[in-house]
Amino acid sequence: MRLALEHISKSYPGVKANDDISLQVEAGEIHAVLGENGAGKSTLMKIIFGAVQPDSGRIVWNGAPVRIKNPGMARDLGIAMVYQHFALFDSLSAAENIWLGLGQGMALADVERRIDAVAQRYGLDCAPRRPVHTLSVGERQRVEIIRCLLADPKLLILDEPTSVLTPQAVEKLFVVLRQLAADGCSILYISHKLDEIRSLCHNCTVLRAGRVTGRVDPAKETEASLSRLMIGADPPALQHRPAQPGEVLLRVDDLNLPGDGEFSVPLQHLSLQVRAGEILGIAGVSGNGQQELLGVLSGEDRRAPAAALQLAGEPVGALGPAQRRWRGLHFIPEERLGRATVPVLSLAQNMLLTARPSETSSRGLIRRRVLGDQAQAVIARFGVKAGGPQAAARSLSGGNLQKYIVGREILGRPRVLIVAQPTWGVDVGAAAQIRGELLALRDAGCAVLVISEELDELFEISDRLQVMARGRLSPSIARADATVEQIGIWMSGLWPQDGASRTEATHAAA
Amino acid sequence: MLRLEARAEPSRWMVWLSPLLALAITVAFGVGIFLAMGKSPLLGLSMFFWEPIKSPYNLSELALKATPLILIGLGLAACYRSNVWNIGAEGQYILGAIFGGGVALLAGDHTPHAIVLPVLLAGVLGGMVWAALVAALRDWFNANEILVSLMLVYVAQYLLDYLVYGPWKDPEGYNFPQTRMFADPTLLGHLIDGTRLNWGFPIALVAVALVWVFLFRSVAGFRLQVGGLAPGAARYAGYSSRKALWTVLLMSGGFAGLAGALDAIGPLQQLTPQVSQGYGFAAIIVAFVGRLNPVGIVLSGALMAMFYIGGELAQSRLGLPNAMTGVFQGLLLFALLACDTLIHHRIRLKR
Repeated sequence: MRLALEHISKSYPGVKANDDISLQVEAGEIHAVLGENGAGKSTLMKIIFGAVQPDSGRIVWNGAPVRIKNPGMARDLGIAMVYQHFALFDSLSAAENIWLGLGQGMALADVERRIDAVAQRYGLDCAPRRPVHTLSVGERQRVEIIRCLLADPKLLILDEPTSVLTPQAVEKLFVVLRQLAADGCSILYISHKLDEIRSLCHNCTVLRAGRVTGRVDPAKETEASLSRLMIGADPPALQHRPAQPGEVLLRVDDLNLPGDGEFSVPLQHLSLQVRAGEILGIAGVSGNGQQELLGVLSGEDRRAPAAALQLAGEPVGALGPAQRRWRGLHFIPEERLGRATVPVLSLAQNMLLTARPSETSSRGLIRRRVLGDQAQAVIARFGVKAGGPQAAARSLSGGNLQKYIVGREILGRPRVLIVAQPTWGVDVGAAAQIRGELLALRDAGCAVLVISEELDELFEISDRLQVMARGRLSPSIARADATVEQIGIWMSGLWPQDGASRTEATHAAA
Repeated sequence: MLRLEARAEPSRWMVWLSPLLALAITVAFGVGIFLAMGKSPLLGLSMFFWEPIKSPYNLSELALKATPLILIGLGLAACYRSNVWNIGAEGQYILGAIFGGGVALLAGDHTPHAIVLPVLLAGVLGGMVWAALVAALRDWFNANEILVSLMLVYVAQYLLDYLVYGPWKDPEGYNFPQTRMFADPTLLGHLIDGTRLNWGFPIALVAVALVWVFLFRSVAGFRLQVGGLAPGAARYAGYSSRKALWTVLLMSGGFAGLAGALDAIGPLQQLTPQVSQGYGFAAIIVAFVGRLNPVGIVLSGALMAMFYIGGELAQSRLGLPNAMTGVFQGLLLFALLACDTLIHHRIRLKR
């Protein structure tokens, strides 16, 4: 037995993050920890890695009870962790980054040799001498994994490793992980993606609300049965009616925008249009210009030329967010607290952020009863679990807050709705409801633009798809004609070139 | 090792009790200081907390002192709620006194009493001009408003010095650095005979009501506060951060300038280099102890005025240095910050 957790419990003020969790991992086993956001996976991993101390329970490592006081001690035991967000210095090379982390008197050339050796052994091509900022996200993840492997770990923890990867890169990663396991390294694989767990993992521990709700062999389960263990119920099915696209309501025409600051992505030749009554999905690994595009669309970034952006034929590039909203363009950003809502203000007060001034104020004074009624309407119509219109935005769970925000914007009667990561970090039930609302909005004749990292989601609700990579947009493809493999290739920026960029290429050649 | 850990939900009660707790701590320290200086703590404390409210006359003096503190505190509360850190209200107050005093010096004994209105408006304008410098530098050059507003205090003081030592010096003033006394029609009359209380205090109370409505009931006030609480949400909603910056700085400059002009034609009746008793800085404490809430600011303004009066009394009656006022003010702010920190955080022992 490599690792055994026995009756681990950990409470935070107001929540029991882990409640009597036991779990065993054998040498060479790939063990999945499956659960929704907030089920307690991250807390459990932090306990194993020594970043958090459990309130009760014990950890047995290679047959002996241990108290892992800090991550340094975990590393000494042979536990390594690849975080969801990488900790690499952009201006240094991959090898230099790894060298820094080793902290021992070793020459850089030796480190590079060892990297090459490990990389070769596991087929992890990573170009150790290239500066990190030139690496793709998948390559950066490989650097992180190599950094872990140099320490020769006995247990490797991966926290949602595929959320930033294209489907092809996921396959590559799985090959590496299987070979590592074959060499005797145990792997704890944290995810909420059922298909990945079924294809990769030997055993699976399912968590729900801090408790173990199942210990299963994922290969013998169906996605439906795993999902039931994870959420405790079947997700509701979506109503999908055929699209009835009307006039073009949102049009972006050859949008170019230089990067704003060192780490922002310049946008190049972006074109898209969304018609009334259809959903356009934009796929792509985040960090490929989505934030920049969203800023331009919402009006928070007003550097774009006025004509590059048209709302029902009217150029709106020079207008601010409020003016665009009056014209019917509503926007739901990815950050729910601090952007879509003010955390400490009540739901009623937060209505005012995107409300029509004509309804919610008179002579410059706030009509508080109207705001309260509107918030109450959102709560009732969208089933938001909240203490009432006076509850602070931050007191809501992620899913309920997102339901409130989506509801608020839908009750604002948008002609065009732009949504970023509509169900990120939202529990399965709320996610299904939000997707259903977006479809209903589409059927009511709204033009909907969804930017998401979740391919499954985009395939579920979009009528057409475009892919964003390195600040460019692929041509549009009907969802019915698209496959996951093809979109995956496009996510690396490899799509058939359209006329415009071909002319540009010939210009460059000439 | 001691470590601060954020509390999940700070007690709602404590958020309001915190100023009282801070006051109690301040009093406790005061007792210690009086003992250390060989004075009776009871007598010492009575100078600060009983004498100022003992008689109607003393209460009127308290209101007179509290007026500039409340007015300036109101403007600062709007600033701090919008995350604009104007700490130069002292300079804006001085400019208000200069502008208001300048207009008052133009008047003669036969000028109509209505001259008071232009005097006060000039004071407002003076404070606004000084605050507008801060807003402009921040807006156009992204200069830090904390530094700029603070440094402009010294410029304002030197400007005042230049005027009262130079062009505005009273030719019959035996070469003292002071202007001539303002003509009678420019002066604020006494509201109650036998006291120095003037129209400034009712004006301050009206301002309290107006600012309360502005902050908590108006759309414009809501926008300012969203900008302070969550700049990202303000950008998302489409609220202009530049507009917020100019609004709150002009507002607080205007209030500080009004306070300066009121004092100039109220109790002072002339300009000297010591126009301000540090009201602009004390009002920062007033704003925070009053929880950036206009009603709270009335209470904290009265409290700070007690410290001013108590300090003078302690000096004249007990022979204690007048610095006691500053000591009490500082202690109060310090204790409040400590209380607030402990309300939002807990201390954990870490091995």
